[in-house]
Amino acid sequence: MITINFTVNGQKKELEVKGTATLLEILRDELYLTGTKEGCGKGECGACTVIMDGKAVNSCLILATQADGSEITTIEDLEHDGALHPLQEAFIEAGAVQCGFCIPGFIMSAKAFLDKNHYPTREEIKMAIAGNLCRCTGYRKIIDAIQLAARKMYGEKP
Amino acid sequence: MRVIGKGVNREDGYEKVTGRALFADDHSFPGMLYARVKRSIYPHARILEIDTSRAKALPGVLAVATARDIPGMNVVHVVIDDQPLLADKTVMYVGEPLAVVAAETPEIAEQACDLIDVKYSKLPAVLDILKARGKSSPKIYKDNNVFAHHKIRKGNIEEGFKKADIVLEQIYRTPYQEHAYLEPQGMVAVPRYGSTMEIYGTMQCPFYVQQAVADITGLDLSRVRVVQTYTGGAFGGKEDVPSLVAGQAALLAYHTQRPVKLIYSREEDIISMSKRHPAWIKYRSGVTKDGKLTAVEIEFLFDSGAYSTLSSVVLWRGIVHSVGPYNVPHVKVDAYAVATNKVPCGAFRGFGSPQVIFAAETQMNELAAKLDMDPAQFRSINLLQEGDLTATSQLLDHSVGIGDTLKAALGSSNWRDKRKGSGGTDGSVRKGIGLSTVFYGVGLGAGGKQMARAGAYVQLLRDGSAQFAVGTTEMGQGMRTVLSQIVAEQLGIPYKKVYMIETDTSRVPDSGPTVASRATVMSGNALIKACAPLREILLKRAGIILGQDPQFLIFQDEMIHLEEHPEIAVPLMKVIEDCHHHRENMSHEGWFISPETSWDPETGQGKAYFIYSWATNIAEVEVDIETGQVKVLKITAAHDMGKAINPLLVEGQIEGGALQGMGYGLMEEVLVDEGRIINPNFSTYIIPTVIDAPEFQPIIVEKPFRDGPYGAKGFGELPLMGVAPAVTAAISHALGITLHEIPATPERILEAIQAAKKANLNG
Repeated sequence: MITINFTVNGQKKELEVKGTATLLEILRDELYLTGTKEGCGKGECGACTVIMDGKAVNSCLILATQADGSEITTIEDLEHDGALHPLQEAFIEAGAVQCGFCIPGFIMSAKAFLDKNHYPTREEIKMAIAGNLCRCTGYRKIIDAIQLAARKMYGEKP
Repeated sequence: MRVIGKGVNREDGYEKVTGRALFADDHSFPGMLYARVKRSIYPHARILEIDTSRAKALPGVLAVATARDIPGMNVVHVVIDDQPLLADKTVMYVGEPLAVVAAETPEIAEQACDLIDVKYSKLPAVLDILKARGKSSPKIYKDNNVFAHHKIRKGNIEEGFKKADIVLEQIYRTPYQEHAYLEPQGMVAVPRYGSTMEIYGTMQCPFYVQQAVADITGLDLSRVRVVQTYTGGAFGGKEDVPSLVAGQAALLAYHTQRPVKLIYSREEDIISMSKRHPAWIKYRSGVTKDGKLTAVEIEFLFDSGAYSTLSSVVLWRGIVHSVGPYNVPHVKVDAYAVATNKVPCGAFRGFGSPQVIFAAETQMNELAAKLDMDPAQFRSINLLQEGDLTATSQLLDHSVGIGDTLKAALGSSNWRDKRKGSGGTDGSVRKGIGLSTVFYGVGLGAGGKQMARAGAYVQLLRDGSAQFAVGTTEMGQGMRTVLSQIVAEQLGIPYKKVYMIETDTSRVPDSGPTVASRATVMSGNALIKACAPLREILLKRAGIILGQDPQFLIFQDEMIHLEEHPEIAVPLMKVIEDCHHHRENMSHEGWFISPETSWDPETGQGKAYFIYSWATNIAEVEVDIETGQVKVLKITAAHDMGKAINPLLVEGQIEGGALQGMGYGLMEEVLVDEGRIINPNFSTYIIPTVIDAPEFQPIIVEKPFRDGPYGAKGFGELPLMGVAPAVTAAISHALGITLHEIPATPERILEAIQAAKKANLNG
């Protein structure tokens, strides 16, 4: 077992982990943050996307030990005091949610992207979520939602 | 109407965007164990021995079970009872379950599976459907390897072809399609109270799972309770096979008397769970020189895999849809579900129809070309209309929207101009546009008549909120939202005050499976029936309060008032409180039995489905003639679903289904080598990403269904069904080639270009 120290959703955590444990496993099984999903376990679907030091990553491909010293944000950190994050609101309003299994991953990819790009084009949004698979929606309404969220957060391009 | 027809936000949106929605793997119970499955490595072999002693001895292993440890029946019931839960004497496909292990951790369970020694004696395997029915083929099902044969005989086929000026005969092939729902299969079995079993998991059909668990454990149905968790996509892939997953978990829970969680890995899911049947289709059509279809003769084979599961009913929907939405006087169809030593195929959105629709629509496009006629004009000559008879001689007496969908899609896509302006010589890129017209029989139809009923329970609480339960399930399609809208409309309360209890076999009677686009019609009608006595009580109490005859009172804006005098009114909330105060029964049940259907298996004639939904798809593509790469630019899809109870969700269904259909036509292909699936993950089985997704233009057409809730018909499957042939028609239009096999990969397109060049040289 190896000791790791990291920050998850603004809280400092110290955990004893197995050398083979992935970040996804410790988020779900040790910290009970089950909003992050496992769709393939191989970094192919993006359902397990979380933000690590400002970047969207597939948490199934990151060893827990690699997260030592890092700052992690998961879907559970987006809603504050009962108020949804603009991305969460936009996904509901745009009709971008169907089964919902892929949605936390999409929202985290979109958040990491919008944090850096406040006025994205549809093509830029597509590139940002190209690593996330959705089998239900056809993606159009997901792109709509991210565009809507960008407008909610940053307004029109000055 | 207040709520019906409005694009209200999803009822389950909040839970899903916050990560609070609990899917199968998000459930845990004290003392829970983890399960893994030991699977066959051969497509066909005799089992000589399964030695579990080393696995059992591994520390942390609580149970190892084989077929011998099943207390009830070793059968997973679907239609014909040929499928065991765990293989006993023979393995029939690669990936077939042989044994299950429960251990303290998933890793130990995995290790224990590796320690199970299986000795096999290999047997010759049946792998090719075209050879399977031959005399020299090994026999794996009866004496002909045929699980089912269905037929249609309408009119006189020889007469029909005699009247034709042009006869076109082609062979078509379609591939396996993998559902690729994002949430893999998973179940948690929880033994309770010493003699009952609770199941929590991802599924479409809780009542199937209940039956399977009862059969396997030997418990009465009354002691098995199945609760559906949030379900991360299904598309038919969670119709029958969750019974296997639940049976495996329940068997281990039975022996250990501890909760057991079984979550499949993606690879395990792809190799062992159901798929769309690959098909071989011989299609012959006759047409007069002025474009009237005179006869259609079809023979087709479905590769069913090792056990019959749903093949017989999938094949049945296939024959009913095989002629397409056309008026054809003379029809002969013979279809066979063929057994092979491969993974059993089953339900997938469209259920046996996308295969035959690909053939039927390609046939229509090529006939139009032979007639030198626009394919849209050729369609309008032959499309079914009110008063026409289908291929099964069913009279279409209302709600026939196909002509309207064609008109709407042609207009919206600017078909006529784009059809003329095809090809182009801009470098190596060519443009094309193609269409398909399709219909869909809603519900289980005459093929599944005995299950065509549904129950519902509604309770109006003293705070003015309502909760309801139904036996059908939410899997992403939006049923929770649509049914909540119906209850809100019926009871006159705000949509946000309605809550659907998770689907649970202990809350409502067996309502059949959530398949066949049936939930809106079946559960919607059952809910309307359950709301009727509540409405009556509310009006009665309001009448007493207002001193008016209840028959002249109506619900409006959370008030009940006199229809003629809106000022004589009482707030609905006050009436609800009054009902509770006077000890009225404010919870009621509803039960809906579907309208009649009929079928003669000898002739394939009858009222196959109680109603049909209709659609026109138009695809626009760009093809690079040097690489064979296709870019789908736009899909216009016009659908008649009777009534769009929630247009926002309807659009979502149209777009998502269209993209699955595009994947089926262009890129999705499960590759099988000697019975082994060789691309069992998302880096080798490619589904469309956001980069592949085209622009969508969904169009809603509403031709009300008189027995539907607010006129609605089901349509969830329809968006996928006809997209592949529209895309291949667009490619053909761009390049002047023909495509008779999907997916239309760059390799196949380049081959077709070469073939067309050769034909031109020779011609």
